[in-house]
Amino acid sequence: MAEYQNLFTSVQPVGPLHDGVPLPRGDDKRTGTPFLVHLLGRIGNAQIGPIYLGTLGVASLLFGTLAFNIIGFNMLASVDWSPIELIRQLFWLALEPPPPAFGLSIPPLAQGGWWLIVGFLLTVSILLWWTRTYRRARQLGLGTHVAWAYAAAIWLFLVCGFFRPIMMGSWSEAVPFGIFPHLDWVSALSLRYGNLFYNPFHALSIVFLYGSVLLFAMHGATILAVGRYGGEREIEQIVDRGTASERAGLFWRWTMGFNATMESIHRWAWWFAVLCPLVGGVGILLTGTVVDNWYLWSVKHHVVPAYPLGNPVVLDPALLGAKP
Amino acid sequence: MKKSLRILLIALLPAAAALLSGCERPPIETVQTGYRGTGMEQIYNPRTLLKQASLNQAPVAPEAASADGPKAKEIYQNVQVLGDLSVAQFSRHMASITQWVSPDEGCAYCHNVQNFAEDTKYTKVVARRMIQMTQRVNQDWKPHVAETGVTCYTCHRGNNIPTNVWFAPKDRKYASNSVMGDLAGQNLASKSVGLTSLPFDPFTPYLKDAAPIRVNGDTAMVLRGDAVNRSSTKQAEHTYGLMVHMSESLGVNCTYCHNTRNFASWEESRPQRVTAWHGIRMARDLNNDYMTPLTDTFPPHRLGPKGDVAKVNCTTCHQGAYKPLYGAAMAKDFPELQALAKP
Repeated sequence: MAEYQNLFTSVQPVGPLHDGVPLPRGDDKRTGTPFLVHLLGRIGNAQIGPIYLGTLGVASLLFGTLAFNIIGFNMLASVDWSPIELIRQLFWLALEPPPPAFGLSIPPLAQGGWWLIVGFLLTVSILLWWTRTYRRARQLGLGTHVAWAYAAAIWLFLVCGFFRPIMMGSWSEAVPFGIFPHLDWVSALSLRYGNLFYNPFHALSIVFLYGSVLLFAMHGATILAVGRYGGEREIEQIVDRGTASERAGLFWRWTMGFNATMESIHRWAWWFAVLCPLVGGVGILLTGTVVDNWYLWSVKHHVVPAYPLGNPVVLDPALLGAKP
Repeated sequence: MKKSLRILLIALLPAAAALLSGCERPPIETVQTGYRGTGMEQIYNPRTLLKQASLNQAPVAPEAASADGPKAKEIYQNVQVLGDLSVAQFSRHMASITQWVSPDEGCAYCHNVQNFAEDTKYTKVVARRMIQMTQRVNQDWKPHVAETGVTCYTCHRGNNIPTNVWFAPKDRKYASNSVMGDLAGQNLASKSVGLTSLPFDPFTPYLKDAAPIRVNGDTAMVLRGDAVNRSSTKQAEHTYGLMVHMSESLGVNCTYCHNTRNFASWEESRPQRVTAWHGIRMARDLNNDYMTPLTDTFPPHRLGPKGDVAKVNCTTCHQGAYKPLYGAAMAKDFPELQALAKP
């Protein structure tokens, strides 16, 4: 009979369910009776709940739900309250920031006012949720790495929707709330500011994004590969010879001459992931506030390759005095 | 393979098929149009192209008519534009225009068959103005139409009204009395901008009004004071919408005209961009000088939801081809359309 052994074991142990470690004094109670879902057990832990909501969680969900619903009702109104059109066009619909004419003033509700309200509600919700991740980690006696990683993402969110619009003097520069519309905004931002691919911070951000993917693949693969030696129990094995842990390190030292340690690989991964939105945010913040055309900025700094021009060279008809 | 895994895979297959159903199947052809390594290339689906090609064939022109004999204006009454043609040439033109514009309805689409000279039908008044418009395009817009020129068929293709015209879009039903649901002129799946969520009416600002299309600055750093480039990201979305329309109309990629590493640069562009630049101004000219003044001539059911007249954009002529009718030099067989008739 199969028994529970390591991360590859497909047997799900079933027994009396446990709430987890006791909570410190002053915390709320955990809500819900825990139960098992077999299918979820195949991709994670089979036990669902109990969940800790607390004041911060409830407040965050409240603000978040309010923002979500305002966006939804604006989308519904924009298709003349047709539920079918809402579903059909869902990916295209959006709550749009005010037109440029309003600058940083408070626009009427019908012209971006709702966008400003939602921006506020969503920011409050996200910040409350951040506080919650911080507090929960502390109450469990953990470090606050998750909270700070989340803060990096919040930084990018605030740069796009708050800091940069304020520095530009116009809410209209902010991101619309919508699936395709926010993607079109990204393209338009790049087109307006002379191609974001020539923004070195954008390039760095991509390095960390793809770097994160690479590191994740390397680390995940390594741990899975040494699973047969109990590799997931890395800390117990870290000092011994011949363990999964040492084999994992040796594999990389033999293939590329250098290996991270069981501790440092997680710092690599954390920093790569966190630096992706951090440097990306810097790049966006400089766009339109300091640099107007990233392509020309790159020409100025001699990082743009020159190619032969066509023959004859095409000239701007507007400068040649062409009719109209 | 485990049974449950097999069931999962079988369930996933239709999902994968559904996901891929929006894609075009390979092979796709790539044609290099610029210096190697710059990504200047056109991507064609040969199967779509084959279908397109058959839809964009110019009809065979009737044999040229003799210029001898009395002029049309001497024989017929109320011939204001083509009066200098011989009667034979005039008849040939009228037969052609019938084939181009009203093959099913025949002469009666424009004329009162009891009295051909009469201007009672609005279609006749519009047709006269459209002949002048065609002459104007061939005479004054050579930077766009070159020697290929245009005829009525370039747009009409046997239809009373060209299949691709545009009107100012109608407002949402509750736009005036609702504080919610501002579309901001975008964020609907619109064919006019290639099913993106970009501003769905790039025509009113650029092909009727002359709003600035260029949004890029020509300095690396942000300038201060009056010199600052005030174009907004939202403005870039409008320009983007117009460009998607042009790309869809001509069945080409951005790189047909632009080097996409620097869209604004003319030096790195292909000469086609100059042709397109003139095309934008041509559409604007035709909409303002020819179409809009005809608004009151048209009956209400021919007007748009806001009471504006049908107007032209790039698709009106191009209809998916980089050159209308793939460059068939049709206009040369109709010299009467080559220059504005003397009043």
